[in-house]
Amino acid sequence: MNRYARTAGWLSVLSMGLGQLYNRQYIKGVLFLTAHITGLTYILTVLSKHIYGFFTLGEQGQHLVKVGKIYKNVPGDHSIFMMIYGLLSMMVVLLYLFLYVMNIRDAIANGRLRDQGIPVKNFAASISQGMSKNFPWVLLGIPILGVLFFTIMPILFMIFMAFTNYSAPEHIPPKNLVDWIGLKTFTDLFTLNVWSNTFFGVLTWTIIWAILATITCYFGGILVALLINQKGIKFKGLWRTLFIIPYAIPQFVSLLVMRNMLNDKFGPVNQYFRFFGLEGLPWLSDPFWAKVSVVVVNMWIGIPVSMVLVMGILTAIPKDLYEAADVDGATPWVKFRHITMPFVLFSTAPILITQFAGNINNFNVIFLLTKGGPSSIDYNMAGKTDLLVTWLYKLTLENNKYNIASAVGILIFLIIASVSIFSYTRSRSYREEDMIQ
Amino acid sequence: MKTKNSLRLFFSYALLVLMGIACIYPALWTIMSSFKVGDSLFSDTFVPKQFTIKHYSDLFHPENIAGKQVPYVRWYWNTLKIATMSMVLGTMIQLLTAYAVSRFRFRGRKSLLSTVLVLGMFPGFMSMIAIYVFLVQLNLLDTPWALIIVYSAGAALGLFVAKGFFDTIPKSLEEAARIDGANHWDVFYKIILPLSRPIITYISLTTFTGAWMDFIFARLILRSRDQWTLAVGLFDLVDSYSSTAFTLFAAGAVLVAIPITILFAFTQRFLVEGLTSGANKG
Repeated sequence: MNRYARTAGWLSVLSMGLGQLYNRQYIKGVLFLTAHITGLTYILTVLSKHIYGFFTLGEQGQHLVKVGKIYKNVPGDHSIFMMIYGLLSMMVVLLYLFLYVMNIRDAIANGRLRDQGIPVKNFAASISQGMSKNFPWVLLGIPILGVLFFTIMPILFMIFMAFTNYSAPEHIPPKNLVDWIGLKTFTDLFTLNVWSNTFFGVLTWTIIWAILATITCYFGGILVALLINQKGIKFKGLWRTLFIIPYAIPQFVSLLVMRNMLNDKFGPVNQYFRFFGLEGLPWLSDPFWAKVSVVVVNMWIGIPVSMVLVMGILTAIPKDLYEAADVDGATPWVKFRHITMPFVLFSTAPILITQFAGNINNFNVIFLLTKGGPSSIDYNMAGKTDLLVTWLYKLTLENNKYNIASAVGILIFLIIASVSIFSYTRSRSYREEDMIQ
Repeated sequence: MKTKNSLRLFFSYALLVLMGIACIYPALWTIMSSFKVGDSLFSDTFVPKQFTIKHYSDLFHPENIAGKQVPYVRWYWNTLKIATMSMVLGTMIQLLTAYAVSRFRFRGRKSLLSTVLVLGMFPGFMSMIAIYVFLVQLNLLDTPWALIIVYSAGAALGLFVAKGFFDTIPKSLEEAARIDGANHWDVFYKIILPLSRPIITYISLTTFTGAWMDFIFARLILRSRDQWTLAVGLFDLVDSYSSTAFTLFAAGAVLVAIPITILFAFTQRFLVEGLTSGANKG
């Protein structure tokens, strides 16, 4: 009894739109058929060339050609554009295949209706039915396109770049070609001294920084919140407003101001040091003190956020817990240790991990404050406070070492992904424990 | 017991005062410096001996600043334009995305959400080079529109806070409207949107300030000095003139910070709510 469904389905496999025509949905059928013909022609004539180009990345760079009596520089293949066009073309092909599958499914569905003796809908009705049935996809259409072209495509491109030799000075189009070189970029990064020293140095500092920055801000925030929340402290609202000020000022402004305050010669911080008869410190120009500076400045920026969070949690702790503790004669310390702390820690543990991941990628604090400096001869294109991200930025924008930069980007992704997966499974186990709720 | 308690309070107050000073000192110092005569970073007193508003007027009359190109008004206008447009587009995109994944159960929803999570783990400017090449091809490099498109296109990825909010709106409201014959758009406009004021405020604020303060993409995309935003311009002011244009920078920084700080003061409640609700999601 599924004669119509089967015939319509196979017809649509044969060519988009045939099944619809067979189902007597003429407008839809013609539209699908047109999409099929234009799509296929476009793929065969234009896109296939681009896809081929993606694999070869060009055959000839800029070269000299004899025109008449003189040699002229003729532009050759631009490998990077070829790669991007190749990627784009593959996406269009995927879209086409997706449409094809939709077309077959539509033909079968309508064929089935006919098998059951139900008349098929006309064009307008099926459009409005589709809109309503797939409403979430209608909403998601534009966002998905945006993410596809401005996030996914670029990330894919960067990932592929790590497997090429796209880097200054020798392989920069349009002058030269870029080639696929497999895993060589990664092996260089890990084994060639020029790169591996910098990589492991920067990686170590990135991890130390992320741990320090997260812990100082987190516990600093808890400390400040508890200080304000103590019994007997007056003007709680005033203190809170005061401590929230750093959060309200645009981050780049405060960072640039801090950079000036910490200026060795003229900055007010060293001025106060000298006022008390002390020698000023090289806040931003000495490797060790620069690291101290970024951590301290980051506390200044980050503590208000944790403070706000913790204060919200403190008000949510049920009062009767404390009353019960009072009845049992608990000291303030015991109450703090056994009621307040567990509560705060359990509700904020997930943020601790997201903040850790965020700090690994904390571009602004480092770049605006020290620019990754002070620079050092031990490192290749990096300074002593550079994180992996700021190093990546310098590698791409200042040095055009694109392949190394994308390899570093992939490694950052792997680090963040493993931290996030860890946090995800942990927070699941928290939820299952049901310690608080 | 009494003395112990007052000792505790004394130390607490001392600590609070110290931290309070640390919190406002940079801001006060910048404001003071912006009124200081001369252009150097160095100053022997905290409160300047002589006050001047020359630096503020210089910002509006760039022709008076010899040897330095600081089209401040231009930068301000660029930033305002970019931030406002990105706010409008970004908020719309983020709201619709969050609404769709929060209220509907459709095939592919789970994989969509995990894709968003995974994409969030890539360093944001991993995509820099490709975007750069794109914009060159589209002839959009060095235009404010490029920046607006880049910010808005990524907006959908920040959907989790808004999704958390929509999750808390009871489904029965919609179902009641559905029974009364409302279609999807009616439900969204007449029921969901009016209830979403707090989250709309939160998203608009974060997208506005995000665009207002972004440095990385602005520096990549805006190439000519006239197209710069404030973040790029002020960074350059500090970076290339270091301590010799400090008072000018201070005045510029004050004018950048004032609107944002005022905005923050008025909308603090929403921001804090958003922060905490994001936190509870884990």
